[in-house]
Amino acid sequence: MAETMKVKATKEQKYDRQLRLWGDHGQEALENAHVCLINASATGTEIMKNLVLPGIGAFTIVDGHSVSGEDVGNNFFLTKTCFGKNRAYAATELLQELNSDVSGNFVEESPEELLDNDPEFFQRFSMVIAVQLPESTLLKLSTILWNAGIPLLVCRTYGLVGYMRLLTKEHTVVESHPDNALEDLRLDKPFTSLKKHFQSFELENMDKKDHSHTPWIIVIAKYLEKWLSENNNHLPKLSKEKEAFKEQIRQGIRKSETGAPEVEENFEEAIKNVNTALNPTKISSEVESIFNDEQCCNLTTQTSSFWLLARAVKQFVENEGHGNLPVRGTIPDMIADSDKFIKLQNIYREKAKEDAAVVSNYVASLLQSVGRPSESISEQEIRLFCKNAAFLRVVRCRSLAEEYNAENVNKDEISSYMDNPDNEMVLYLMLRAVDRFYQQHGRYPVIIDKM
Amino acid sequence: MRWAPENMAEALEPEKKRRRIEELTDKMAVDGGCGDTGDWEGRWNHVKKFLERSGPFTHPDFEPSTESLGFLLNTCKILVLGAGGLGCELLKNLALSGFRQIDVIDMDTIDVSNLNRQFLFRPKDVGRPKAEVAAEFINSRIPGCNVTPHFKKIQDFDETFYKQFHIVVCGLDSIIARRWINGMLVSLLNYEDGALDPSSIIPLIDGGTEGFKGNARVILPGMTACIDCTLDLYPPQINFPMCTIASMPRLPEHCIEYVRVLQWPKEQPFGDGVTLDGDDPEHIQWVFHKALERGAQFKITGVTYRLTQGVVKRIIPAVASTNAVIAASCATEVFKLASSAYNPLNNYLVFNDVDGLYTYTFEAERKDNCFACSPVTQKLQFPSSAKLQDVLDFLKETSSLQMKTPAITTTMNGKNKTLYLQTISSIEERTRPNLSRTLKELGLTDGQELAVADVTTPQTVLFKLHFTS
Repeated sequence: MAETMKVKATKEQKYDRQLRLWGDHGQEALENAHVCLINASATGTEIMKNLVLPGIGAFTIVDGHSVSGEDVGNNFFLTKTCFGKNRAYAATELLQELNSDVSGNFVEESPEELLDNDPEFFQRFSMVIAVQLPESTLLKLSTILWNAGIPLLVCRTYGLVGYMRLLTKEHTVVESHPDNALEDLRLDKPFTSLKKHFQSFELENMDKKDHSHTPWIIVIAKYLEKWLSENNNHLPKLSKEKEAFKEQIRQGIRKSETGAPEVEENFEEAIKNVNTALNPTKISSEVESIFNDEQCCNLTTQTSSFWLLARAVKQFVENEGHGNLPVRGTIPDMIADSDKFIKLQNIYREKAKEDAAVVSNYVASLLQSVGRPSESISEQEIRLFCKNAAFLRVVRCRSLAEEYNAENVNKDEISSYMDNPDNEMVLYLMLRAVDRFYQQHGRYPVIIDKM
Repeated sequence: MRWAPENMAEALEPEKKRRRIEELTDKMAVDGGCGDTGDWEGRWNHVKKFLERSGPFTHPDFEPSTESLGFLLNTCKILVLGAGGLGCELLKNLALSGFRQIDVIDMDTIDVSNLNRQFLFRPKDVGRPKAEVAAEFINSRIPGCNVTPHFKKIQDFDETFYKQFHIVVCGLDSIIARRWINGMLVSLLNYEDGALDPSSIIPLIDGGTEGFKGNARVILPGMTACIDCTLDLYPPQINFPMCTIASMPRLPEHCIEYVRVLQWPKEQPFGDGVTLDGDDPEHIQWVFHKALERGAQFKITGVTYRLTQGVVKRIIPAVASTNAVIAASCATEVFKLASSAYNPLNNYLVFNDVDGLYTYTFEAERKDNCFACSPVTQKLQFPSSAKLQDVLDFLKETSSLQMKTPAITTTMNGKNKTLYLQTISSIEERTRPNLSRTLKELGLTDGQELAVADVTTPQTVLFKLHFTS
């Protein structure tokens, strides 16, 4: 569906604040999604509001209830004119009205009826959100969705207690946006072009301006060179070694005629960064397990792009990478003159490009081996994957059937939590008990206070 | 009846969608429902369950009663500061919880970029005051609710206004504003014989969000940690060093800042005295192109229109969900405090769903010598040879004070004397020489009281000068 330039510009303006979080490709994924909400209770419509506003492609509400006075009282998306009407129909109106980019739909049937009469119904959705559903319905629903590979989010609210359970066999993430990611500087194992670049600098012979505007990465590299030759090629590891190394750098700060140290912020930055910059470059255990995962090792025509890309990167690691991931290609900002910084940055960028190109070749041959066209994974996707190789994540949940299976219950551990009334386990058990009560009595427990 | 398309293509069929939206908007016009305060059967059933029943989680002193609902509906006055991302959510939550006497203050008008989360506003409302549109929407959607809007700054009101509220809840976007309302509520505290009169305490519930992160806190002025007690929880604003901007850019952001800070004032591209308006696309377009040129000059890539706007306007990314979570936490605390039914948050909640979902609560501690909420007079310790500039720098740079443009006055020979004031240019010029004079030269003595005024506090703060030498 082609969008006019004007529509696109307005959408960019409207979604600007969220595009800065998940980018245009993230927005596209959101707009290609069709989410199903079961039960337009206050909790349900609140969830939908937060999906409709950012522009989810489409939503469908499934609800067999009629709107009651209580419903209108606590639900922003139901009004007095809705009394007695089907709740799915009523809520869709006011949710749809929030955002004309979104397509809202409704089904005036209970999920139990649908599961009995048309179980395939739920397979058209990207994701299903089930609110305030009893255990038995949840089990039936989750089995169908589990087998179809469609994520299910179970939500419950009960007074001031809230509960969420994500059910997905597997969900892979490339851009996990970690908050405090370590930089990928390769100071412990500089690649050829980086080593050559370091060699082109001679700190001692530099004039004052150059000396104080040399990037700290280069400063550390030069002093590290000296340290390694004097310490049998052992990197400073223990804290006293790192302190000694920092002192050596500090001694390198130029002094004025009076002998007082000059202000050289780049050297101060170097000293500050010694602790993290000398951490050995290595692959995290999370990424290692991704490489060793069954999905990565055994590719089929059904294998998703994520696993195929992971396999390609693994091949890179085992060959050209010499045990390391493709170079990320980014460096943090630091005190330096523009020229030195840009040149250094470009060294890392070029290497990242080269590494990605090697990975790309592996991707092409893997695609061929599973009978997929070479265009099915774009260069952009490959570059993004390489840039985020250290941050890959795989989320796996166990099924609801497994959770509800009494045989899987860890009785001893659960009992040990019971002594502490503030523990979440107590809340979990209480909610399960409430569900069980509903199962047996067809209603929720009520204590009638004599007032 | 069912309207459920088989697939996405069907779901998005333009003709069907357009017809349905037309149908729905026609219906909306008919279902106005303004000026209707009638309750209906079962309307407050959910709220009543909290107020008329005790349970294992209720406050130990809580006594269920049928009167509490009446208090919420008819008596309790709530002040909401901000009608933006948090404000819209707060108004919805409070109105649905039974609060009807609500005032909302917001000095802004609606922008297109608000529409992805500030759900009380529509494209047709762009340009109108947020407080007014928000109030209209809530009063219409929630019959009986009486939201009074104020298209003003919080500083436009004085203590007679703020005194009338039972609880103040904030969804503000500036630390200065937070500190201001914090100071205002502290100034309303009554101390009798050194003891704090609890009936003079107006709780302040404060929420803040940024992308996928947020926090909510409960402040009982005079009793628990206030905004200023925990100023160090706020990260300092990132400002690039001037030498980087002027002569050594490395990042696209530096190129943009160069144009904003140096090139624009020099070239005055839209006329003399016309300041850069981040909301004017033509201005941003100009900055963008000039920044591209500077980038090209230094071989720096990455200058985009979006980045330019982000840097010029100091844009903070925002989504609906984070605002919903934090506003819900805040509104719950308002309900708990108003009803005394549950233990309030004690006292600071942190939320982050960048990676999975993380939340944590802790008790922020009160600072003994907090300059905002401690009744003890603050001390300023300087040698008599120190210059007034040193005192000014101290007031601005100390992390516990972080004043912006402090104005210092004192009493000498029974008369009020302004030592330095920055915000009025004629007085600034007259008092500027004082900055390079020593405290002794200015005639100040040990133990002298200095009164300091600043945007961060509604009340002048008194300091006692103590000479160290």
